[in-house]
Amino acid sequence: MRDPRRLRLVGLALGLLALLLAPFLVDALLGRAWVRVLDLVLLYAMLALGLNIVVGYAGLLDLGFVAFFAVGAYLYALCASPHFGLHLPFWLLLPAAALLAAGVGVLLGAPTLRLRGDYLAIVTLGFGEIIRIFLNNLNAPVNLTNGPQGITMIRPIEIAGVSMARPVELAGLTVPSLHLYYYLFLGFAALALVVSSRLEDSRIGRAWIAIREDEVAARACGVNTRDLKLLAFALGASFGGVAGALYASFQGFVSPESFGLTESVMILCMVVLGGMGHVRGVVLGAALLVALPEALRYTGPLQRALLGSVYIEPSDLRLLLFGLALVLVARWRPAGLWPSPVRRRELAERHAPGGPESAQ
Amino acid sequence: MLEVRGLALAYDGIAAVRELDLDVAAGERVAVIGANGAGKSTTLKGLAGLMHPRAGSIRLNGEDITRQPAHERVCRGLSLVPEGRGVFARLTVAENLDMGAYLRVDPGIEGDLDRCYSMFPRLHERRRQLAGTLSGGEQQMLAIARALMSRPSLLLLDEPSMGLAPQVTTRIFEAIADISAGGVAILLVEQNARAALELSSRGYVLEGGRVALAGDARDLLASSAVRRAYLGE
Repeated sequence: MRDPRRLRLVGLALGLLALLLAPFLVDALLGRAWVRVLDLVLLYAMLALGLNIVVGYAGLLDLGFVAFFAVGAYLYALCASPHFGLHLPFWLLLPAAALLAAGVGVLLGAPTLRLRGDYLAIVTLGFGEIIRIFLNNLNAPVNLTNGPQGITMIRPIEIAGVSMARPVELAGLTVPSLHLYYYLFLGFAALALVVSSRLEDSRIGRAWIAIREDEVAARACGVNTRDLKLLAFALGASFGGVAGALYASFQGFVSPESFGLTESVMILCMVVLGGMGHVRGVVLGAALLVALPEALRYTGPLQRALLGSVYIEPSDLRLLLFGLALVLVARWRPAGLWPSPVRRRELAERHAPGGPESAQ
Repeated sequence: MLEVRGLALAYDGIAAVRELDLDVAAGERVAVIGANGAGKSTTLKGLAGLMHPRAGSIRLNGEDITRQPAHERVCRGLSLVPEGRGVFARLTVAENLDMGAYLRVDPGIEGDLDRCYSMFPRLHERRRQLAGTLSGGEQQMLAIARALMSRPSLLLLDEPSMGLAPQVTTRIFEAIADISAGGVAILLVEQNARAALELSSRGYVLEGGRVALAGDARDLLASSAVRRAYLGE
């Protein structure tokens, strides 16, 4: 039993079991609403992992990431709803969403190749808004997106004729729809996680990190910065596109207001708060930022019970705590709550004696 | 091996280098000196492919590389040590050197790494340390070693003595001489005109983006114009 490999295997198996039982446990202990939160955590983890490729690896500050989420969601919504009378299957629409989002990512990346930092942030912010405004206004003269009303009655994902919107009876066990979506999202989030960490250790990942650290030096090392930046935009966007398509089928409804700037900022905060460039940190960031606002809802009744009335609205408290959390993280854990080993090493060395030396 | 003819480079339409002719023979050491803003660093950027020339041609070993992007020039044996060192601060020394061999797939990488470490034992001692925590001199050594990891036949160095103490500069220049002795041609851009000309066999003096003087390094060191303008005499 002392064998570390075996211990690891046991740990892995236990973790997997916990992940598989999670929706049932959460349902029993906290209620069905929290299973929905669990689903959203996985969805946002996918988004944050996508943005992490762009911001965390390649160092390109993207404030319009929600645009790719919107592209995937609307593609699914338009092709699997009565709006156009199209009912294309999900196994066609998911790759299509990934491809379309990647294409839009390149469309954003190509004209901004020379921009960095603040300037890139401004352009991407504008891009995100443009996509949202397009979706809002493309209901005339030809009704493409149904404007601000959004698109309703989006078909749920069906696997082998079984719709995920209805509970499934499995060996005497009733698996509710939210649980089904949990397993679907878990699969995709796991895929995003594996792809992300494989990329980090690859030649491509090292080239991205080199670009993030010093673009001129990266070019001097022979890194084709143009292609690699476009690849970062395209890959990150494709994660967003798939997440968008899944979201559309999950909600059954999409409208432009789900894809505003605050969403982009939230996803960016997940990446920054969790640990930029570190996949596990990013997933942690997504989990915290999705679950915390839900937990804060309980503070309303709590205030009423203890103080007689609600002094701070839970939604205000959310923003307050959110700002506070960002300030605290920036001050005490600048590399994020769960930074990558390299960043941790960097911070440790800064304090170690004999590590840094003054320039000669 | 390097032939530059009529090279013109500009930043947003503002000319920085005009009608530049420059040659480097295989294994040769050539210095480019000049005042601030004379176009020295711009010239190197143009040669490394970090800027697109407005006019003129660059040939490397007889092949026209004028329009080639930077990474293809690295493949063809041209390697730049950027101005201000440009190490990847949050990567370790070993990871920095690894990036230098980014385009290589041959089995000789390990051997070249050992050679770099024996040339700069300090880098070997600190191979697991983050490059940003190295001293200025060590960072310059790392930048040079990283450039060598692409196995260049021509090494372009942009102000390697910048911000370094005189003893450290001496060590860097000794290392450059060693590299050159191994058969690598050197094109050295420097503010430190004396050290650069003493190291080199030939030199160019840039003024206002043009070649004002060119010739044997010893002759340039002896010329009264150079002594007055660049050697502070």
